[in-house]
Amino acid sequence: MSDNSAQNYWKANIKIVLSLLSVWFFISFGCGILFVDALDTIQFGGFKFGFWIAQQGSIFVFVALILIYIRLMDKLDDSYNQKSSQVSSTETAGESE
Amino acid sequence: MSVQIWTYVFVFLTFSLYIGIAIWSRASSTKEFYVAGGNVPPLANGMATAADWMSAASFISMAGLISFLGRDGAFYLMGWTGGYVLLALLLAPYLRKFGKFTVPDFIGDRYYSRPARLIAVFCAIVISFVYVCGQMQGAGIVFSRFLEVDITVGVVIGMAIVFFYAVLGGMKGITYTQVAQYCVLIFAFMVPAIFISIQMTGQAIPQIGFGSELLDGSGYLLDRLDGLSQELGFPTYTDGHRSTQDVFFITAALMFGTAGLPHVIIRFFTVPNVRDARKSAGYALVFIAILYTTAPAVAAFAKTNLINTVNNIEYTAMPEWFSKWETTNLISFDDKNGDGRIQYVGDPDTNELEVNRDIMVLANPEIAGLPNWVVALVAAGALAAALSTAAGLLLVISTSVAHDFLKRSFMPDITEKQELRYARISIFIAVLVAGYFGINPPAYVAQVVAFAFGLAAASFFPAIVMGIFNKRMNKEGAIAGMLAGFGFTAMYIIYFRFINPAADNAEGWWFGISPEGIGTLGTMANLAVAYTVSKFTDEPPAEVQKIVENIRLPGES
Repeated sequence: MSDNSAQNYWKANIKIVLSLLSVWFFISFGCGILFVDALDTIQFGGFKFGFWIAQQGSIFVFVALILIYIRLMDKLDDSYNQKSSQVSSTETAGESE
Repeated sequence: MSVQIWTYVFVFLTFSLYIGIAIWSRASSTKEFYVAGGNVPPLANGMATAADWMSAASFISMAGLISFLGRDGAFYLMGWTGGYVLLALLLAPYLRKFGKFTVPDFIGDRYYSRPARLIAVFCAIVISFVYVCGQMQGAGIVFSRFLEVDITVGVVIGMAIVFFYAVLGGMKGITYTQVAQYCVLIFAFMVPAIFISIQMTGQAIPQIGFGSELLDGSGYLLDRLDGLSQELGFPTYTDGHRSTQDVFFITAALMFGTAGLPHVIIRFFTVPNVRDARKSAGYALVFIAILYTTAPAVAAFAKTNLINTVNNIEYTAMPEWFSKWETTNLISFDDKNGDGRIQYVGDPDTNELEVNRDIMVLANPEIAGLPNWVVALVAAGALAAALSTAAGLLLVISTSVAHDFLKRSFMPDITEKQELRYARISIFIAVLVAGYFGINPPAYVAQVVAFAFGLAAASFFPAIVMGIFNKRMNKEGAIAGMLAGFGFTAMYIIYFRFINPAADNAEGWWFGISPEGIGTLGTMANLAVAYTVSKFTDEPPAEVQKIVENIRLPGES
């Protein structure tokens, strides 16, 4: 495998992780803690919105984040494995499982 | 049938199941003993991880704590699930790619140093022991209340079961019993929650019932709870009462701590490859979220029910569960004004009822008057939660001793057979010590648990993350960072909890951060020290940098 495609893979990986973690931070520390009182002025159903984010909504978002991460990384791995097997024909299919 | 007979039936059935699985999945090699042969399917590993990680604290204590904390209780909910996002995105796939057995393995190899490995062994053992004691105490409460046996007998039964399948099956036995235990515990948690949700709001899904109107026509559940709380002088349920920075720091400390817990991390060594490690982290959080989104609903239901059942009612009219919990000293009534009625109010001078937070989940089905078999089910679920976590922790202790301490540090020449024997002996000793502390719990267990999270947050989490994401990080930096983070966190907690408890309040704390939240600053201290020290010392050898490059790429390890 070429160093170049390895570097690109790692950069793309970091980008995925950072963008998902910024959502993670915004929802939990942002909406669930820092802006919770402001969001509490919004009522939805029997919940104050900030209270709901803090006690339930954030957890649903966390689940979604991990599921998105799995999808994006599987895709990234596939394209990396394809490229690296094109670059060097000695690379066997064992990489892609 | 009475609650007690139902409990015996459920406990007997579930325990036979665990033993059956243990016999079926005996471990014959160290690889099977440490990582279940490395071929656990991701779905099974997801369930096992969920059971491993949801302890007696999640099952028994958390909803109770939330029902007394109100909105601030969110730091448990977000902290313990949000940390999972960090674990899945920053640690699990890379550690699986690294492909060894334990967390000290990673620290020792990545930082090419025996002292680093030994510091990691020390941290892993301390964290796990503190945790195990809590689990055994939880099991003791359940046994003594529901089976009405002595706590000692209860703990001994629990230890014998864990010992049996952990020693026989190692990680393999533990994994498949944890799959069964997850099913037991989630069923036991959800059935009463669904019953109560239907009873109070007519909604079968507790997460929706949480935000619905009560059937008795008194409006939304949460509004009613806020109203009741105000009437009786309790803090409003849906408002925050702790300072924002304290909630912020506690949440962060629980998140970093969760991501650094060794017994959870090692679960990702048991799947076949990196892709499966990611997948099983996803499954695990889904399984965990089922309980964690139900818990706040249970908290609100239980608090409302408790107030309605006891307040201003005659003591002699209390149902049977009340007196049973009184005998365990977890509920106490003191008729201060002598009118024979229970006044349950916020003002400590006139309040007559003390309720231990730990019993809210266990007593909840009885308070709601649910059928006996549901009450008994909760006991079996609580035991499953306590035992599954205890087994995972004991395995960490045993691998740390046999693999990292003996084989990798001091006795490299022992054969696999000998190593396996040492692993079994150390589980045996660990079970005995944990059993002792379960029977004679140190008075400060609850406080020491905060210590475990702070410790994991300030030691393992930064060291592992930097080991993966900073190729330049060397052994000097990592060791200095772990010592600084660990030392700072430990001193802060010891100072406020043991040396000067009088100052343990918002005025005494630094920046208003309670000892529960100090692990966050410990993590920052670790990162800062490690980074600075690594700048002034030599970069790691080429082969170590090769390891880092390798774990960053996909494919087989």
